[in-house]
Amino acid sequence: MKRSHWSIPYAVFLGIFVVLPLLLVLLYALQDGQGHFTLANITRFFSDSDALGTFAVSLEIAIENTLICILLGYPAAWILANKELNRSAVTIVLFILPMWINALMRTLATAELFNMFGIQLGKGTLLFGMVYDYLPFMIYPIYNVLSKMDKSYAEAAQDLGATPWKVFWKVTVPLSMPGVSSGILMVFMPTVSTFAISEFLTNNKIKLFGTIIQENINSSMWNYGAALALIMLVIIGISTMITGDRKDAEEALI
Amino acid sequence: MAGEEHIIDLRHVSKSFSGKVVLDDINLYIRKGEFVTLLGPSGCGKTTTLRLIAGFLAPDEGEILLDGKDISGIPPHKRPFNTVFQRYALFPHLDVYDNIAFGLKLQKVPSDEIDKRVRKVLKMVSMTDYEDRDVESLSGGQQQRVAIARALVNQPKILLLDEPLAALDLKMRKDMQIELKEMHDQLGITFIYVTHDQEEALTLSDTIVVMNEGRIQQIGTPTDIYNEPVNSFVADFIGESNILNATMIRDHRVSFIGHEFDCVDEGFGEGVPVDVVVRPEDIYFTQDPARAQFTAKVNSCTFKGVHYEMYVDTDNGYELMIQDYDAYPVGSTVMLYIEPDDIQVMVKERTCNTIEGRMKDATHVELLGGEFECLPQPGLEGGEEVIAEVAFDKVDLLDHQDEGELAGEVHFLLYKGDHYHLTILTEDGDHLWVDTDDIWDKGDLVGIDLAKEDIKIRRKNEA
Repeated sequence: MKRSHWSIPYAVFLGIFVVLPLLLVLLYALQDGQGHFTLANITRFFSDSDALGTFAVSLEIAIENTLICILLGYPAAWILANKELNRSAVTIVLFILPMWINALMRTLATAELFNMFGIQLGKGTLLFGMVYDYLPFMIYPIYNVLSKMDKSYAEAAQDLGATPWKVFWKVTVPLSMPGVSSGILMVFMPTVSTFAISEFLTNNKIKLFGTIIQENINSSMWNYGAALALIMLVIIGISTMITGDRKDAEEALI
Repeated sequence: MAGEEHIIDLRHVSKSFSGKVVLDDINLYIRKGEFVTLLGPSGCGKTTTLRLIAGFLAPDEGEILLDGKDISGIPPHKRPFNTVFQRYALFPHLDVYDNIAFGLKLQKVPSDEIDKRVRKVLKMVSMTDYEDRDVESLSGGQQQRVAIARALVNQPKILLLDEPLAALDLKMRKDMQIELKEMHDQLGITFIYVTHDQEEALTLSDTIVVMNEGRIQQIGTPTDIYNEPVNSFVADFIGESNILNATMIRDHRVSFIGHEFDCVDEGFGEGVPVDVVVRPEDIYFTQDPARAQFTAKVNSCTFKGVHYEMYVDTDNGYELMIQDYDAYPVGSTVMLYIEPDDIQVMVKERTCNTIEGRMKDATHVELLGGEFECLPQPGLEGGEEVIAEVAFDKVDLLDHQDEGELAGEVHFLLYKGDHYHLTILTEDGDHLWVDTDDIWDKGDLVGIDLAKEDIKIRRKNEA
């Protein structure tokens, strides 16, 4: 048997679970209820003010979540990667530990905590839950890049007269950008399509794009739901390309 | 070109990393404008010394003076030194121009001035027209030039170079050596250069500091270090050499390889064991029996370009290396002599292993973290501190670490004409010196045993 044959099971898997569903999404999105070809589902989105509004809210929440994750995650990653400040592997595990528990469970528990303390559910609680869920995905790639960074770059900058502050801004930050961009990919993309968190943490007061896709599918409006899913895929695809150098960003995850 | 004025003084500087002593009481001064090389094998402490001067490390003890003032508390970015790093450490997110301008921009030098200085320094390292290039698209040699330019553009008082040529191929290394030497002559600033390459050190330096195991072995000009090494480590590390056990018969007379020779050294005493070094190019062939001091049989002869390298077995069974412009056929018997001033006599650092230990009971002694049987020691009780002496040739080395009472590693080896002199590093970090006819390699793991009749014990406080 040739080596290349070993890849057959994977190809079959990818075909059934990735390619086929994508084709189905495309097929449903371009059909009306009777199975005739139409672009109406797509055009309907652009005249559906509800859907457009939800979409804008989703983007806003996703951007805010990503920004908060960068602001909290970068310093955390920097501290974790700094051997003088962090001498033990335990702290890293503590940061990763929440990822071991199912995100839905954590979200439910968070919602219960808010209820218990009588905090009103709304945008604040939604962002809290999202940051809580996605922060590790921002920390990890940045930590990875920072901890692998050759220390001699920082030393060279110091040697050339840079204060520790200047070393950080002129060398450490620019060189850790691949980590930040892969963090953005891993946080921004899933937050656009999430719906469970908003359901639990706002009682569906705030609807996200994922929520309306889910609602459409649940009420058997498969074609419009598929069209919305397709639009979201295209948007995520575009944002991935904008995030720039994919190779660097992927390396940051290894 | 080097003045008498000191620019750097290291006084009693020591440094340990997690309990391991890396630098042990280093005393060193560097004169203004000098090209000083710190030379030694890896792990000798040379890079640590450089990093202490640069300020990336702080000494545990001792002080570092710049122009007579202690700079221990000054962080690296305020020290007027610039470093050329071993792996260049060019910033990958900046192009050649911005890499070089990095230091000047931090100092807020006006941009037309920056422009002028960057262009000037690029010209000096022959990299004009490379301003806009991405540093990662440059070859190793070009990156090296940019790294040198980036350091020199700041006009440092001292340029620190950490094995800057180690990653280049031989031809490029030779060219860069010449260029560095020229830059040093042109600029007149002090260069402190770290390398493990003795040839590089001999070529470039005004002064060489030979280091080993955290200690300075010898400081001197290249010719001093080559012609008059102070101990067998320096002799072995610098150039090719025949290092032999010898006995100083009296002043100007020394005996080795079973013959007596005239020499120029004096003051060692009479009948004192010493080491001698004879460089392979200093053993001469002769046809005149009256001049010959000993005979030998040629064992092998290899052409090395300029000269032939021959190994000969002397009439008393010692092997010597000889370099000569003429080849002598393998198997032939030749007559040889050595000029008195080509024999360099060195003090022996030790003539046997002297180990501190403690009696366990009347017939057992604890040494080097192991327990050895010894002959009954009347008058010594368990628990008493003792000194044990073991001759170099009485230490047994075993192939497997777990076969011996102690485990160790071959740390350094020296061929002495008819046997090897090994330095063994035990698991506990102690040294043991061994004479053996067997062939070991550096890094071999060995078991160590001592026979009871070979351990000579005396009470610690007895003279």
